[in-house]
Amino acid sequence: MKRYILIRLLESLAAIFVITVLVFALTHMSGSPVDALLPQDATQEQIDALVSAWGLDQSLPRQYLSFLGNALQGDFGDSLKWRGYSAMGVVADRLPQTLYLGGIAVAISVVVALPLGVMAAMRKGGKLDKAAQLFSLFGQSIPQFWFAILLIWFFAVALQLLPTSGSGSWQHVILPAIAMAWFQIAALSRLTRSAMLEVLDAEYVKLARVKGVSETRVVWVHALRNAAVVPLTYFGVLAGSVLTGSVTIETVFSWPGLGWVAIEAIRARDFPVVQAVVVIFALIYIVCNFLVDILNAYIDPRVRA
Amino acid sequence: MLTSTRASAPERSPKRRRIVSASLWTLPYFPIAILLCVLIIPGLFADFIAPHGAQEMNMQARLQPPVFFGGTWEYILGTDRLGRCILSRTMHGAWYAMSISATGIIVGVTIGTTLGLLAGYARGWVDTLVMRLVDITLALPAILLALALAAMYGPSFKSVITVVAFVLWAYFARQVRAEVLVLRERDFVARAKVAGVSHVKILLRHILPNVLNTIVVLATLQVGIVISLEASLSFLGIGIPRPTPTWGILVADGRQLIVSAWWISFFPGLAILLTVLSINLLGDWLRDRLDPKTRPM
Amino acid sequence: MPLDPQSEVVLEVRNLTTTISIRTDEFAAVDNVSLSLKRGETLGLVGESGSGKSLTGLSLLNLVPKHAARVAGGAVMLDGVDLLQLSEREMRRVRGKKISMILQDPQTSLNPSFSVGSQIGEALSLHTDVPKKGLKAAAVEMLRRVRVAAPEHRVDAYPHQMSGGMRQRVVGAIAISCAPDVIIADEPTTSLDVTVQAQYIRLLQELQAETGMGIIFITHDFGIVAKVCHRLAVMYAGQIVETGPVERIFDAPGHPYTQALLGSVPKLHGQQGRLPSISGNPPALWNKPKGCKFAPRCPLADTRCHTEEPPVYDTPDQDGREHWARCWRLETQ
Repeated sequence: MKRYILIRLLESLAAIFVITVLVFALTHMSGSPVDALLPQDATQEQIDALVSAWGLDQSLPRQYLSFLGNALQGDFGDSLKWRGYSAMGVVADRLPQTLYLGGIAVAISVVVALPLGVMAAMRKGGKLDKAAQLFSLFGQSIPQFWFAILLIWFFAVALQLLPTSGSGSWQHVILPAIAMAWFQIAALSRLTRSAMLEVLDAEYVKLARVKGVSETRVVWVHALRNAAVVPLTYFGVLAGSVLTGSVTIETVFSWPGLGWVAIEAIRARDFPVVQAVVVIFALIYIVCNFLVDILNAYIDPRVRA
Repeated sequence: MLTSTRASAPERSPKRRRIVSASLWTLPYFPIAILLCVLIIPGLFADFIAPHGAQEMNMQARLQPPVFFGGTWEYILGTDRLGRCILSRTMHGAWYAMSISATGIIVGVTIGTTLGLLAGYARGWVDTLVMRLVDITLALPAILLALALAAMYGPSFKSVITVVAFVLWAYFARQVRAEVLVLRERDFVARAKVAGVSHVKILLRHILPNVLNTIVVLATLQVGIVISLEASLSFLGIGIPRPTPTWGILVADGRQLIVSAWWISFFPGLAILLTVLSINLLGDWLRDRLDPKTRPM
Repeated sequence: MPLDPQSEVVLEVRNLTTTISIRTDEFAAVDNVSLSLKRGETLGLVGESGSGKSLTGLSLLNLVPKHAARVAGGAVMLDGVDLLQLSEREMRRVRGKKISMILQDPQTSLNPSFSVGSQIGEALSLHTDVPKKGLKAAAVEMLRRVRVAAPEHRVDAYPHQMSGGMRQRVVGAIAISCAPDVIIADEPTTSLDVTVQAQYIRLLQELQAETGMGIIFITHDFGIVAKVCHRLAVMYAGQIVETGPVERIFDAPGHPYTQALLGSVPKLHGQQGRLPSISGNPPALWNKPKGCKFAPRCPLADTRCHTEEPPVYDTPDQDGREHWARCWRLETQ
């Protein structure tokens, strides 16, 4: 187990390393970073300050090392759009909003999708199963940003039940969370269903019944414990699509989180902030995947060996 | 006993393996019909069948509703803020959806297949290197690359293709490598090697034709994912630059007007939904045929 | 191991019928099966695959696959109670406690996510009043009883860390954990290699001697039948076509099907004794012959065999032990 954790940890660090190289390379690939990092009407003093601050007069590996050193301290320079803030400051300010929205969306999808998938598998071919399949087919095909717009149109404009955009009250989070969870529910319930179907046929499920275990316990303990590995692996993907989703959903609902910051920063060519967002996104994603793998190993003893 | 006689028969290079045996009766007509109506016919013939040009403005007919909601037959699905025909723009959007996803898939699949062939055939350090790259690629969400590229170059055709290729190549490299690992152990490869055929020729003449079928099927199934991805990026303003009428941009156009002119966003979005839905249906159908476990009795 | 003739009957099955539904029709896959089993007795249930022997085993536990199959009639009397009349909740208290089952494949019949100790403990916690803290010690004890070496260590192991033979011992431990009256062993040794097979069979016999449980041994291996069974029931197309003491059936099989099955078995205590293949296939469920089910494959069949179903003919041995077969040829004897 320890060995496994160690290997996964090294792999995660390698991925983070690759991300920093990628972010660094992108600054340098498009010509001089001076053009990317400073507004076009920058004065010579500003340019000189940047060159010396970033060590642009030094060799590339040296530059990378100092970039990495700064990045490790969370220093990506100052934001160009949000004057007076450091890039990391902007990110740290908005990160809780994204985690809040993403957390609620993930919670909704798990609470809905797992029971839905399990029940669909238990009554394979039944009405609930067919409805769930139809739902997941639509859920996976509908473009997320369009669905978000339809939600606003219907619930906020036509029915006037909920606010159209922004944040602040608990009502604000409902529509974006649903829009984000929709696709996850579709994917997750389908995955749970097929994993459960496979497991419910297994001999050990039969043996549990032979022992006199109740059907509820057979399904929710014996079968789900083994089937859960599949949806759990998906949680890594889930983390990624929540991040991706946060960019679209936050833009549509003007939810002031990281995704919204990313798009605003790109529009303003605020490169330090984009860099910080990309690194933080990658970090969240990689940490999530790392934790999921460890959890998987804990649930499925076969992975540990 | 029957199997042993079959196994001892000399094995020929199975040039054309039929993965899917479909008769005309069992084809899923419904999704195919939707695809034809929404994506393929408008995509190929938008210039001829669209009632208006994609950018053709008519200031007298701004924000007209669709015909059954008080509009006119002139603009069946209504017009946008500049009096442009929603139907025509959505039809032209089909062309961009098709050509962008096709280009992206071809680039991604070519890279993935080439590296997969090399990794599976050469083994050793090439294999290790390619598979590590695959792992790392799969460990990074595409949106990161999209954001970084957009920040550097702004919205552009090139960055969309790069993102699509980035998403696809690892998946194909892995699939192809797995198949090559099996194929390279087969008799016809061994015989070609003994006969002194060069590695390049073995790869191109004997191994590639055998994985081509799988590649084509898998690539077809990616069209839906790629169309959604491109639409999302364009919607966010980090994909195809304006004023190209891609579906994502068309939806973005109507976003602020959803209260007063819902049709601007609605119909292009519906086109995406129907297209992706049909491709997913086709995918399910294919999966049922390929996987005997899920085939009904 | 001889059986005490005074032994009481512990399980009695009367006219058990289990149907399988295909589309809208139902077909009897277990057809009017009657059996009895005494305490300490081992009854062999033999037949080709698809003859309905495994389904019979599951029917006794009322655990046939939902939707696909249904126990349609008959009675399964255990300790004077008809199991088929019990509610699901009541039946659950019987399963694993009074009647238990050993499944065929030890590779897949243990849950990979739980330690073997907890899987043994689960049955105990459901059916006995062993306190929660004592479950592990009890599981160790069970492992010791099925002769698993170093049970204190093994109790925390997961199935994938064990060999096939060892896993099947664990499955055996689960089955005997609550001291059931009856164990149904569904081809418990098929996937084990020969030496492990012999050890496992010895273990089952020892456990039977210790506890006096009755065993229904489902198998297609006559070599094993000769070694472990007191009596034998031969199944064909869902029916029992012949039943009687093992020596008696080996010496003088009454039914042509039994004769054909025994045809290639070298000798009574021979090691190898797989069922020989008989030409033709067993009838499909939906297309059973009108007369004797075996008639289409029977070398001795005449017109009546094809049109009329034969009754049961008793041919008890000199000690008066039950032996009968379903075959018209016995009419004249």
